[in-house]
Amino acid sequence: MAKEKTVLTGVHFMSGDIACAEGAIAAGCRFFAGYPITPATEIAEHIAARMPKIGGVYVQMEDEIASIAAVIGASYAGLKAMTATSGPGFSLMQENIGLAAMTEAPCVIVDVMRGGPSTGQPTLPGQQDVMQAKWGSHGDYEIIALAPSSVQEMFDLTIEAFNLAETYRVPTMVMADEVVAHMWEKLVIPPAEEIKIVNRKRPNTPPEQYLPFMPEDDLVPPMACFGEGYRFHATGLTHDEHGYPQTQSSEAQTKLVQRLCDKIRKNADKIVRFEETMVEDAEILVVAYGIVARAALSAVRKARENGIKAGLLRLVTLWPFPEKHIAKAAEGAKAIIVPEMNCGQMVREVERTAKETSVFHLSKLGEEPPTPMEIFEALRRHSK
Amino acid sequence: MTETEAFEHPFAKYLRAAMMPHIWCSGCGNGIILNAFVHALDEMQMDLNKLVVVSGIGCIGRAAGYTNVDSFHTTHGRPIAFATGVKLAKPELEVVVISGDGDLFAIGGNHFIHAARRNIGIKVICANNFNYGMTGGQVGPTTPLEALTTTTPYGNIEHPFNLVHLAAASGATYVARWTTLHVRMLAISIKKLLQREGFSFIEVVSPCPEIFGRRNKMRTGLEMMEWFRKASVIENFSDPAKAEITPERIVVGEFVDVEKPTYEKLLHDKMAQILKESED
Ligand code: SF4
Repeated sequence: MAKEKTVLTGVHFMSGDIACAEGAIAAGCRFFAGYPITPATEIAEHIAARMPKIGGVYVQMEDEIASIAAVIGASYAGLKAMTATSGPGFSLMQENIGLAAMTEAPCVIVDVMRGGPSTGQPTLPGQQDVMQAKWGSHGDYEIIALAPSSVQEMFDLTIEAFNLAETYRVPTMVMADEVVAHMWEKLVIPPAEEIKIVNRKRPNTPPEQYLPFMPEDDLVPPMACFGEGYRFHATGLTHDEHGYPQTQSSEAQTKLVQRLCDKIRKNADKIVRFEETMVEDAEILVVAYGIVARAALSAVRKARENGIKAGLLRLVTLWPFPEKHIAKAAEGAKAIIVPEMNCGQMVREVERTAKETSVFHLSKLGEEPPTPMEIFEALRRHSK
Repeated sequence: MTETEAFEHPFAKYLRAAMMPHIWCSGCGNGIILNAFVHALDEMQMDLNKLVVVSGIGCIGRAAGYTNVDSFHTTHGRPIAFATGVKLAKPELEVVVISGDGDLFAIGGNHFIHAARRNIGIKVICANNFNYGMTGGQVGPTTPLEALTTTTPYGNIEHPFNLVHLAAASGATYVARWTTLHVRMLAISIKKLLQREGFSFIEVVSPCPEIFGRRNKMRTGLEMMEWFRKASVIENFSDPAKAEITPERIVVGEFVDVEKPTYEKLLHDKMAQILKESED
């Protein structure tokens, strides 16, 4: 359609929310269903302005339950689809996030985290939904969640989220926070041909032989879409390779649920992303993500200036959690500090994997993320 | 002994043999509804590769899986929201939602009224069995006053929805109600439902003898059908607000059949207009 560009190659000054919307469009997202909520509304507003010009659909649904349901429908009809929300909306979406996991619908959910619980502090940042991202829906399943810490990453990781969702047929979350979403920074959008785009695996069997939930070696089944003549069934009930309900068979339940978990767990090495700064010789580590990782980087640099052998391990994927790397980094460290805008969530994962090393949580709620000074003080205290 | 030759049922191609036998009780109306639906598809020579059937949770919810087309069995209450995504992503597909009164009007009521308001071109067939059959017969949004259910053991004190009135008021462009006794009218009505462009709705009053009927002095499907026969009156294009369902009177017929631009069309037109403006 037209001259309207889908990839706005160039150097921009942009907000995180708008960068996220542009990342989605660059990734090939052509369906967005959402419901207004602070601090994610700008994503919807920007997409509403852009989609009609590039032949995509923006639809404002009656609530977040409908938004995620429509996203799953659009995904099954063959489009790359997304929704964006914040805590209260994320809670409403949980049941259908389970449906997306169960029916292996590739889709992206952006949660711009604000202060909770309940209505909480709508305009202030939080990192209180990171466990909910993993455990929010009932039953056993795995998802992928990424945590951007800059406007650039709001763009880059939204593309990455689509690529991962399409590769593994799994709901993938971009767990942003209010600061990253609302701040304005430089954003470099590369030429379209330099952006890596992944599309879901398609069946190469004729419709009569197609088994919609028969996995290949990577544990992911190729995906046909509605209207292509495959005429297949999908259900939120436990199902076999045909997609037919198997509500009484322990074997079917074990086989399906274990595979839904394993397709992420066994591919974790390919999915996990993190960033290490001065970790090699570090005696004390900071593990952080999102906007907090930026303050942590300043704190680590300041610590080094003050003779403290500090290092930073920044989580880019929250889920799957980079267990091996945390365990390895922890080996040489005396202590690990985990600053978070919650009362202690990812710190539990760090404690679980770091084993012998002492882990300290630095909690901060409300208006601003932990400052570099606060994290530096913690480094000084625990390096003694 | 004579050799009997096995021959295929003329509607076999519309159903998934692997999913049979179905889960429905004997005397249930769901089979009649599915039969009428398939009948309509056959008469229309519908392209089965372009049809999507979506359902929610409840006894009739299994109909999606029984139909041999692209089908999806969603979470409870969400088939219309899911179908909205399918229809907007691929407007060329015919998207039909077949679900129950509890799914569409209690837990999913919000989606119904808004899809009707937007006039998204999805087609909704509701099996109204007056209660939650699958979970053993609890009170629902269409349970008549004073009816006995497992959660209204002393008689229902909730006023039921008049579904055709609700659909009409919400903006549906085709609205009809039939009982499972009116099989021919129902099949004809389903054909119309599939031919219309906009949000279209048929309520099918359906016997649930096993769960609802036996608590309300109608132990068999036949007895429930007998009630439908005695009580129903065809009043086409009468005021849906007055189309009540009471023990004495079940008003059936077509209530609304109007044209109004669909959401998909307006969206498409808007895109074309924006495109033209950007080219000028
Ligand atoms: S419980 Fe009622 S509605 Fe459900 S299958 Fe049985 S008779 Fe039909």
